[in-house]
Amino acid sequence: MLLVELEPAIDPVINERAILLASRIRERHARGVRDIAPGYSTVGIHYDPLQTDLSALEHAIEHEFARLASLDVIADRAVIEIPVNYGGSYGPDLDAVATFAGCSVDEVIKRHSARIYRVYMLGFVPGFAYMGRVDPSLAAPRHRVPRERVPAGSVGIAGLQTGVYPVESPGGWQLIGHTTTVMFDANRDQPSLLSAGDLVRFVPAGDR
Amino acid sequence: MNAGVLHIVRPGLLTTVQDLGRYGHQAAGVPVAGPMDTFSHRIANQLAGNAADAATLEITLIGPELIVEADTTMAIAGGMFEVTCDDRPVGIGVTFAVKSGQRLKFGRIVQGARAYLAVAGGVQTEPMLGSRATHLVSHMGGFKGRALTAGDRIPISHEPRPRPHRKSVGLTLPTNGRALLRVIPGPQADWFQADALRAIASVSFRISPQSNRMGYRLQGPPLVRAREDELISEPLGIGAIQVPAAGEPILLMADRQTAGGYPKIGYVISADLPVAGQLAPGDFIEFHVCSHQEAVAALISRERQLLRYADLKDVS
Repeated sequence: MLLVELEPAIDPVINERAILLASRIRERHARGVRDIAPGYSTVGIHYDPLQTDLSALEHAIEHEFARLASLDVIADRAVIEIPVNYGGSYGPDLDAVATFAGCSVDEVIKRHSARIYRVYMLGFVPGFAYMGRVDPSLAAPRHRVPRERVPAGSVGIAGLQTGVYPVESPGGWQLIGHTTTVMFDANRDQPSLLSAGDLVRFVPAGDR
Repeated sequence: MNAGVLHIVRPGLLTTVQDLGRYGHQAAGVPVAGPMDTFSHRIANQLAGNAADAATLEITLIGPELIVEADTTMAIAGGMFEVTCDDRPVGIGVTFAVKSGQRLKFGRIVQGARAYLAVAGGVQTEPMLGSRATHLVSHMGGFKGRALTAGDRIPISHEPRPRPHRKSVGLTLPTNGRALLRVIPGPQADWFQADALRAIASVSFRISPQSNRMGYRLQGPPLVRAREDELISEPLGIGAIQVPAAGEPILLMADRQTAGGYPKIGYVISADLPVAGQLAPGDFIEFHVCSHQEAVAALISRERQLLRYADLKDVS
């Protein structure tokens, strides 16, 4: 795998460049390339070394990136709303996050649902979107010992990141709520609800 | 084309359906999966007269017992299991004809860790996102997204027309549970103390019991970081040697995640990944640092082995 590294930062503009670079290489330089995945500020290019001229690929990447380097705007995107039931048995860490933030549970819900989050990348399990940035007051760290089973649909916080567990899996994020939205379904035309670059707002279930 | 079935009597330790992997969806976080030893998977398919991407059964350390419900041609490649078909010995790396109702039984493994059972026309489970590969953690692909269990009936093609009888020398397996794997520097090789990459090449690492298709945890002297920065999660590929804070490296294998936040000191080269796939917990790995040019040359010579007629003869 070839890793293209932009500036190492969690930044919407740098992330936008990584996403665009990934799609341009996918569209224009597909020979020998098996798969391309953007990260926060990186692009992973999985290529077949026998079908790919690495120096030509590197040259193409530099060429495409030169055209993106001055890009400093982010394309307008519709905001995807995800309804969340905060707290209760599916949000066992809501109280702990409130304690961390030094505010009420209602205030945590208000702060978490007030922001529009950007999907920076997907990974971990199919359809798991790393979103940010969370209000810094809520940025509770991961559990030191991850839970063995986190139910599908759990909404969590890990530092400045937030996300939804698409399938039951182990996980260390602070769980504050639950959504019934299906984040990933391999039988849908677009299996993952979210793609890198998407915008998301969490809506307290009672507010809809 | 009528359907046949592999009726699983005993599943063995870990038997899964695999093809070349689920590429094209890593941007959505979908892991690739696929064979631990892609080379032997391809040899088995070649022997059975299949395309390289036909699905096979990956068989791990303790093999299955199954009844073949079809007249067909099969082949096994990779790890040296003792195998019988209705009590007659079956060789590894040769095609063999099977009559419907015959019982295929995997016994002791003598060398290597994983074998691939190919059947003419391939295993015919339902593809998911374009692949039949089983990814165990996300329950995706293969047969119901899981390892096979007793009583499973695995659909296969029914191709009664006999395929030519062939044999292959196959992969050179690790001997005495030791393998030398060549590595190229990873994207964070400079996050470690000077010469850490050279240092990993001077010791043996033992594959811990907490190893699986996702990765091998390696026991050895801890690798000391020179930088304590948190790495922003980034895409990763098969063969990555990632190093968590405690310094015990993990060699990422077929069922790896698509991305991770641990620094990667190196990558095992593509040509040597099949050899890594033939290792088991308790086995030892030594690393040898090489250049990108050497890595490509090694892969070309590995591929030549698949193309060479000398290795793959139609025999009567």
